[in-house]
Amino acid sequence: MALQGVSHDVGQPKVAIFNDPKIRGWVYQTVLLVAIVYFAFVGIQNMFANLAAQNIASGFGFLGRTAGFAISQTFIEYSQAESTYGWVYLVGLINTLAVAITGIFLATILGFIIGVARLSPNFVLRGVATVYVETFRNIPLLLHIFIWYFGVLRLLPHPRESADLGFLGLLNNRGWFAPLPITDDLFFLTSIAFVIGLIATFVISNWSRKRQMATGQQFPVFQTGLALIIGFPLLVFLVTGLPLTFDMPVAGGFRPSGGFTIIPEFIALLLALTSYTAAFIAEIVRAGILAINKGQTEAAHALGLRNGPTLRLVIIPQAMRVIIPPLTSQYLNLTKNSSLAVAIAYPDLVSVFGGTALNQTGQAVEILLMTMLTYLGISLLTSAFMNWYNARMALVER
Amino acid sequence: MKKQILSTIVGTAVLGLTAGYASATTLEDVKEKGSLQCGVSQGLPGFSNPDDSGNWSGLDVDFCRAVAAAIFGDATKVEFTPLSAKERFTALQSGEVDVLSRNTTWTMTRDTTLGLNFSVVNYYDGQGFMIRKDMNINSALQLSGASICTNTGTTTELNVADYFRANDMEYELVAFEKADEVVAAYDAGRCDVYTTDASGLYAQRLKLTDPNAHVVLPEIISKEPLGPVVRQGDDEWLNIIKWTHFAMLNAEELGVTSENVDSMKDSTNPAIKRLLGTEGEFGGAIGIPNDWAYNVIKEVGNYGETFDRNVGPDTPLAISRGVNALWTNGGLQYGPPIR
Repeated sequence: MALQGVSHDVGQPKVAIFNDPKIRGWVYQTVLLVAIVYFAFVGIQNMFANLAAQNIASGFGFLGRTAGFAISQTFIEYSQAESTYGWVYLVGLINTLAVAITGIFLATILGFIIGVARLSPNFVLRGVATVYVETFRNIPLLLHIFIWYFGVLRLLPHPRESADLGFLGLLNNRGWFAPLPITDDLFFLTSIAFVIGLIATFVISNWSRKRQMATGQQFPVFQTGLALIIGFPLLVFLVTGLPLTFDMPVAGGFRPSGGFTIIPEFIALLLALTSYTAAFIAEIVRAGILAINKGQTEAAHALGLRNGPTLRLVIIPQAMRVIIPPLTSQYLNLTKNSSLAVAIAYPDLVSVFGGTALNQTGQAVEILLMTMLTYLGISLLTSAFMNWYNARMALVER
Repeated sequence: MKKQILSTIVGTAVLGLTAGYASATTLEDVKEKGSLQCGVSQGLPGFSNPDDSGNWSGLDVDFCRAVAAAIFGDATKVEFTPLSAKERFTALQSGEVDVLSRNTTWTMTRDTTLGLNFSVVNYYDGQGFMIRKDMNINSALQLSGASICTNTGTTTELNVADYFRANDMEYELVAFEKADEVVAAYDAGRCDVYTTDASGLYAQRLKLTDPNAHVVLPEIISKEPLGPVVRQGDDEWLNIIKWTHFAMLNAEELGVTSENVDSMKDSTNPAIKRLLGTEGEFGGAIGIPNDWAYNVIKEVGNYGETFDRNVGPDTPLAISRGVNALWTNGGLQYGPPIR
């Protein structure tokens, strides 16, 4: 330290350029970067040269060609006569996102419930949660998927003897045939009411937080929000004369017609991903809660808070800081695990694009590259979002 | 993140690189290895199916054994690589297998854009439909609205699309990666119909809980010429594959079987003499021993023998020769002359 202090006073000592650590560092970094770029370039060039030498078609021209095969679940308009391979990619991507997002949502809720239950003073509740976690965590996911799929499939009735769920439609081994809501002209008023309700709730909750900070008075935000978000649109809906009808599925033929169908592959995959990932999330939640000093609970109790508010207002907000980073990796796992869909014919990205499209066009390199980059992109976006959320939840140090 | 992209690129590049080196000349590679690497299906009775102790049998398997016999004079010098429909072409392109003998349909796209060559047709097939008997359906034209199970990455997906479109019918396609899962899902009632090549339907029907409760509909909706595939750009190897099949056809036509091949060596028929290598240098011309066809017939048999042994009327599949009969019996199997 003393020596450095001295050298500051004297000024920079003269060193030869190639001995300057700063310049050396730059040179090494540049050489490394050039080498990496060079190897990547040569590798790619080599690959294309080899593909050409072997008469294997390359390039992305196939994305514009008509695909010509059917897909069992499409959220966007898809016609096997006209849709292209590029469109197949989109259909697959949306199917992947659909199962991943629903799965993340349900797994988070289930995971939190089980995680909290594992710490419950109630012996039975704790026991059930422990058995759940230990069972589901320790069986490979692929088996979960097969059990849900083939098990559930055999339990469900044949379409000719569909289970009638009344207003909820029909259930059989071709899937769940749910009623499809059809909106009338005036329905947009209900939608507007819903948006107004959302905005109003947001404003009120901000206002009430400020007021509570200033005066300590609480405002019933939850009840008000409920009334604004659900009650208000419902009122508009009733006043405008119920502008909504349902297209009910009708049994007959090979399978019911009308309504919209949720295919059994989606249900099985969703159940498997949710139940499996929820076990891991439960452990993360439990660890997060246990990481909070017991003194916090005791202090909250001493202030007169009951168990519920203690958990909600004191423990969970602090535990979130511990929970979010590992939770992110569970979300990423769930998304990536959804590619196991290929085993049970759920038409996700890997199945329809990385599978069928790859085989029909034979362009393995391009298609696998696109598929990999897509998963990478989804994962990075998820991480970015969770990092932002984590930063928001971080302890604000005053 | 940079690293991940990089490793992706390098990985892909390596795929391209290795693909370039594996195919110097396939015959030299095979001779050096001392065995033939043959890509087969993951289990299709009658075509390529492993038994309880891991021994492969079937029409496609016998073809590979015949090629091994032609090269080494020993039909056991062959290793089998089970491949899914999706993996098969990449495995051949990358040099993982020397020949793909896996009930693969010959189509123009596959022949021209994959860097592969289809050699011969060792089984003329067509796509059919199988359905439960108690559905009381007796024509494919009654299938509008049906759920249909099949394999991903096959021509069947496209054929069924064409057929239903041409007949203005609706359907739901459920495509699985592995044939076993297609069978399981069909058996579990997920689909009304199971579609694949007719030979495959007869084969997979044996795996169902009650094979007699299912019926194959009469319509054949496509042409499915199945045969062995090799990499493009190695004509010597292509010739060996082609002529192994032709030798088996000629043997059947000339009445040479695995049982009488030794006595046939003394035959005065010049066509048989050329086939068995007692006259001419036909084996040498394609870089393999002159008694190549003798070895093929002795160790594996002629085409009719392998057909009867694996899929013929006396097997559980009970498929008649039909279009796969010799041309002399009104079928399509025709071996160009060895001369």
